[in-house]
Amino acid sequence: MTDPRDDLGPERVGHATRGLTWEEPLLFERSVRGRAGYSLPDLDVPDADPADAFAGDALRDDLPGLPELSEVDVVRHFTRLSTWNAAVDLGLYPLGSCTMKYNPKVNEALARLPGFASAHPLQPAAEAQGFLELAWRLERALAEVSGMDRVTLQPAAGAQGELAGIMMIRAYHEHRGEHRRVVLVPDSAHGTNPASAALNDYRVVSIPSGEDGILHPEAVAQAMTDEVAALMITNPNTLGLFETHIAELCEIVHARGGLVYGDGANLNALLGIARPGDLGIDVMHFNLHKTFSTPHGGGGPGSGPVGVKNLLAPYLPVPMIHRREGSEGVGFSLDYEFPLSIGRLHANFGNVGMFVRAWAYFRSLGPEGLRRCAEMAVLNANYVLAKLRGTWHVPIDRPVMHECVVSDQALAATGVTTLDVAKRLIDYGYHPPTVYFPLIVHGALMIEPTESEPKEGLDRFIAALSAIVTEAHSEPERVRTAPHRTRHGRLDETRAARRPVLRWQPDPPPS
Amino acid sequence: MTGDPSRFIPHTEEDIREMLAAIGVESIDALFACVPDKLRLNRLLDLPAAASEQEVVRELSALAARNSHAEAQPWFLGGGIYAHYLPAAVHALASRAEFYTAYTPYQPEISQGTLQTIFEWQTMVCALTGLEVSNASLYDGASATAEAVLLAMRATRRERIVVAHGLHPHYGDVLRTYLRALAVDIEWLPRDPDGRSVPVAPAIDDATACVVVQSPSFLGPAQDLRAAAEAAHARGALLIVVVTEPLSLALFQAPGALGADVVCGEAQGFGVPMSLGGPALGFLATRDRFVRQLPGRLVGETVDTRGRRGYVLTLSTREQHIRREKATSNICTNQGLCLLYATIYLSLLGRVGLRKLARLNYAKAEYLKRRVRETPGLSLPLAAPGFNEFVVGVPDSAAAALARAREAGIVGGLDLAPYEPELGPALLVCATELASRASIDELVARLADVDGPVPGAAP
Repeated sequence: MTDPRDDLGPERVGHATRGLTWEEPLLFERSVRGRAGYSLPDLDVPDADPADAFAGDALRDDLPGLPELSEVDVVRHFTRLSTWNAAVDLGLYPLGSCTMKYNPKVNEALARLPGFASAHPLQPAAEAQGFLELAWRLERALAEVSGMDRVTLQPAAGAQGELAGIMMIRAYHEHRGEHRRVVLVPDSAHGTNPASAALNDYRVVSIPSGEDGILHPEAVAQAMTDEVAALMITNPNTLGLFETHIAELCEIVHARGGLVYGDGANLNALLGIARPGDLGIDVMHFNLHKTFSTPHGGGGPGSGPVGVKNLLAPYLPVPMIHRREGSEGVGFSLDYEFPLSIGRLHANFGNVGMFVRAWAYFRSLGPEGLRRCAEMAVLNANYVLAKLRGTWHVPIDRPVMHECVVSDQALAATGVTTLDVAKRLIDYGYHPPTVYFPLIVHGALMIEPTESEPKEGLDRFIAALSAIVTEAHSEPERVRTAPHRTRHGRLDETRAARRPVLRWQPDPPPS
Repeated sequence: MTGDPSRFIPHTEEDIREMLAAIGVESIDALFACVPDKLRLNRLLDLPAAASEQEVVRELSALAARNSHAEAQPWFLGGGIYAHYLPAAVHALASRAEFYTAYTPYQPEISQGTLQTIFEWQTMVCALTGLEVSNASLYDGASATAEAVLLAMRATRRERIVVAHGLHPHYGDVLRTYLRALAVDIEWLPRDPDGRSVPVAPAIDDATACVVVQSPSFLGPAQDLRAAAEAAHARGALLIVVVTEPLSLALFQAPGALGADVVCGEAQGFGVPMSLGGPALGFLATRDRFVRQLPGRLVGETVDTRGRRGYVLTLSTREQHIRREKATSNICTNQGLCLLYATIYLSLLGRVGLRKLARLNYAKAEYLKRRVRETPGLSLPLAAPGFNEFVVGVPDSAAAALARAREAGIVGGLDLAPYEPELGPALLVCATELASRASIDELVARLADVDGPVPGAAP
C-alpha cells in the first residue's frame, strides 16, 4: 500500500517515527539492588541516630518503593522517554486555545540564573530587589497590554486566575452588601469558567451563542438580572471570533450592577490591537504560558496573573509589590495593606520562574514585536481557514482571529470522525488540533497555528488535512485505525477508566 | 534588533503577500476588520522598545545579581522551600525540549514520555506516603492542602475542619481563601509548650470532615500522627497530613501506615529549583476509595490496539472539561515539568540514597542543635524532636541576629516575629546537606555574638 505522505515532497517536516524507536520499561522494572545514582558528601559532623529521639514505629526502615539505578540508567531512561513525545520544538502543535507558540531559548537560560533559580521566597525584600523589580515591571507591562489598572502575578495557572477573579467579584459585591448568586457563561466557554464559578458557590447560567458564533446583546440582556454577579467572556471566543458586541454586552451587565470577567486564553490575537480593559472588561486573567511564550512543560506549570480595574483593586490577593521612590532611590517591598483582600492564593509569589521568562519575552519583542505576534497569528489562522474551505466543513464561516474551527460533517458518509482525523494527522507528523471543542460545534477541530509557523509549514499541514479527506473516501479503514506510524497504536481509554491502574506494583493486583 | 526581522516569527514580506492573496484581503489591517474601530488601540503599546538578545541577557542578569541566592552563600532559610543539592543530570534531562515544549498529554500516542513519567511519579508518591493513589500533582503545597480539605468535605459530606497547630501559616491563609465562599467552620488549635499541636481529639465532633496536621510542623517538631488518626477515625473524620519538606518522608514512617487518609504538601525539596517559591510541586495522595473525589489529572495504565502497555489520562469525568460546574475542581493542568524534576531526582537518589540523604540532613540539624544548646545566649525553646528544621531563641532580636549572620555572608533563617510572636526573639533555622560544619559553627557564633560589631555601623 502506498502512503499518501510520500506525495508530499521531499521537504515535508515532522516525520512521525521512521527511525530508531526505543523500548523502555518503568523505572521500577529497571531497578537492580545495589545500584546507585547519587554521590553524597561524607558527614563532617557527628552522626546522629534518630532512634535516640523517636520511638521505633515513628521511623521508616526502608523505602522499597523507590528504584535503585545508576546515573547512566536514569539518563537513558528519561532520554528515551523524551523521544516518545511530540513537542513544539519538533513541529507544528496547532492545539486550539492553547497557543503553542515557540518558547525562546534565552528565556530558559535566564530563568536558570542562580539569582532567580536558587533564590528563596522568604529572604528579606532587601535581598530580593532584582526579583521584586522584575515582577513589578511585568505587572506594569501586563496592565499596559490589557488596559487594566493593577495586576497580581500570584495565580499559578489560568484556572487559579479565574478562581481569584471570581473571588474578587464576589468580595466586591458582598462589600457592597449585595449577595448575587448567578454567573453567566456563554455556551462556547472553556470548562474552567463554570467550574471556577461553582467553586465560589455561584449558580451558572449558560448563554447561547448566536448562529453567527458570537454573543448577542439580546441574549445577555434576557439573562441579566440583579442576581447576576458577573458575565464571563472569552474574546476572541473559542470559535476564534471577535465578540463584536463586546462593548454593548459590558454595558448591559454594568447597567444592572454586574461585572465582566475576561478569560485571557486568547489574548494573543489582541496584542497591541485592542485592550480588554478598553472594551469594558473589569477583571481578566493572562496565561503567560500561552500569550507570553513560557513553556507548557508537559501540562504545567502555567502562570495565570490577573488584571483588574481600580474598582476591584482593594480585593486583590496579598502580598502585592510596592514601588517607592525616596531619597535613597527606587526600592521595592511587599505590600500587605489590602484589608479587603480575598487573601493569599499561593504559598509564595506564584510561578516566579515563568515571570522571568515572560519578562524576557516582553523585552525581546517590544510593542512592535507583540503586535506582530497578533498580526501573524491572525494571518496564519485565516490562511489555514481559506485553504481548508472547500475540502472541510466550516460551521461558522466568518473571518477569524487567532484560530479557526472546522468539523467532520463533510466526512459523515465515510464513517471517519474527528477523532480519526486527529489520529491520522499524527501519522503525517503533526500534533492534532484541539478536538471536540468548543462543545457547540459537533465534531470540532480547533486549529491555532500561532505566529511561529512559516507559510510552507502551514502548506504542508493543509496538504496533510486534504490528503486525509481523500483517504477518508478511498481508504476509510486506514484513517479509522490510525495512527499507524507511532510507537503505540490507539490506546484503550475505556479500559483505563473501568479498571484504574494508577501506580506500578510488583505483583499484579488481584482481579 | 531595530530593522531586523523577529527571530521568533518566520514570515517574509513575500509570504505575507501570498497569504493575504489566498485569504482575499488587501492588508494585514483588513484581517482585523471584525474589531470595531472605536475599540482599537490605534497606538503602540507603551512598553520599552525591543532589545537584542545580548541586551536582554545583560538586563535580566543585572536583576538576578541583586538577589541573594543559595549557590553563593551558606543557607539556613527553609520554612516550606528548601535548599538542596541538585544533581547535574536532573537539569540536563529536564531541559530536553521534548519534555518542556510539550503540553498536557491529550494525545497519548505521541505523549508517552510525559505520561509514563507521571505514572512513575504517582507510584513514587504512593511509596513515600504509604497510600494507594496519587494524582499527577497540583500547583503547590498550599493549594494541595486546600484541595485535600475540599476532597474530605466531599467524601464525608461534612463542613467542619480542625487544623492542628503547626500548619504553615501561608497554607492556612490559602485555605481560608479557598473556603471563603463556603460555609465552613475552621477550628485552629493552639500549640503545646513542647512545640507540637495540642491533641486533636477534643476538637473533633460528628460534624468534622477532617483534621489537618502538618508534620514536621512549620516550627519543626514531628507530630503524633497515630493519635490524630485514631481520634479522627473515631468520629468518622479523615486525617489529612501535610508535608512541606518531602525529604522527611524518607526518615519518618509513611503517614499512610500511621492512619492518614490523605497526605499532601510540597515536593519542591525533591530536586525542584527554589525559584523564589515557584513553580513549586504540590502533591496529593489518598486511599483507593476516594479516587473519584480526587482533584486534578490522573494517569492510568492501559493497552493499545496492538496489545502493548501504555498510559493515558484517566477518570476525566471528575474534571472541568467534562463536568464543567460539577467538576471536583477547576484545575486543568498539573506541574508536569516540576514533577519531571522530582521523578528524575528520586530515580537518582533511589531507595538507599534518599534515606542516606535524609540521615545526612538529620545529622546536620542535630549538630546545629547541639551547638545552639552549648552556646550561652541561644536556646531551643521547643523540646519536641523534628527533622532538619527547628526554632532557635536568640538573645536580642531576630532581625539583629540575622543581620549579624548576613555580615558573615550567611542567610541565617526566618524571623518568626510575624508568625509566632509569643516565642520571643526567635528564628526558624534549617540545616540541609548543603550546610558545612564550618558554616554551622560560624552561624551559631554570629547569632550569639551580641557584643560583636554592629552590622552596618562604621568601623
